[in-house]
Amino acid sequence: MSAKLTTRQVGDVTVIDASGRITLGEGSTTFREKIKELAAAGSKKVLINMGEISYIDSSGIGELVSGYTTITNTGGALKLLNLGKRVQDLLQITKLYTVFETFEDEATAIRSFS
Amino acid sequence: MTLGERGGDMPEIDSGDSLQADLVLDSNLASVDRGEVVAMEAARKLGYDSDTQQDIGIAVRESLVNAVAHGNRYNSRKKVRFRVSIGPGGLIVEVEDQGRGFEPEAVPDPLNGENMMLHSGRGILMIRAYMDEIEYGKVEPEGTRIRMVKYPPKPGG
Repeated sequence: MSAKLTTRQVGDVTVIDASGRITLGEGSTTFREKIKELAAAGSKKVLINMGEISYIDSSGIGELVSGYTTITNTGGALKLLNLGKRVQDLLQITKLYTVFETFEDEATAIRSFS
Repeated sequence: MTLGERGGDMPEIDSGDSLQADLVLDSNLASVDRGEVVAMEAARKLGYDSDTQQDIGIAVRESLVNAVAHGNRYNSRKKVRFRVSIGPGGLIVEVEDQGRGFEPEAVPDPLNGENMMLHSGRGILMIRAYMDEIEYGKVEPEGTRIRMVKYPPKPGG
């Protein structure tokens, strides 16, 4: 299954509920387009709910990093919610846990933006 | 490790191993998916737990993406040779492309400072993290081979 992304608004935070696989090809393209769309719409507080992501490869990690940079460059913030064990492991392997702010609880994550 | 260097004690695919696949794949993303499935099936057969099967799947996926995208540059005239075997030494995967070759050392270290924010360059890091041994070699007349080994699952583990 490729990546499926749905967005919802919680106050002024845009939450992306992501599911499936973010890998080179369709999955990574879907993700990149979504971030572009949000940046163009002026979303500055973006929370990605990774709870239903089953699989992510180096290309998917690359898209997360690019998404972080895109949103940060507009003066916003991009944070991650509900990382599964595999995604957590990947952030350790790539040392990106030092870059991304991550949360296990949505309410706490939402509050962190204010 | 430099191109052409061989790992001293690295197990080779030999008569003691059971060849699970020897495929010539086109340079496209469908080949990446196919190779991943084949490798994960071999891993399941050898008895790795599902987490390790997925580790192997990711490593194989990354190596095939390197071959298809960076080596062969999606050139439809170029092929990727993909071999998987299982045996006493564990699971061995070999991927050969027909690209111009590359120096692993030339890839910017993705853990180093500003490189951490680059979009790409983490594939080799992930292969190293998920497999037990990897080595690169040059293929004549043109191309790169990567051989990866995952040690056998521990009995009862």
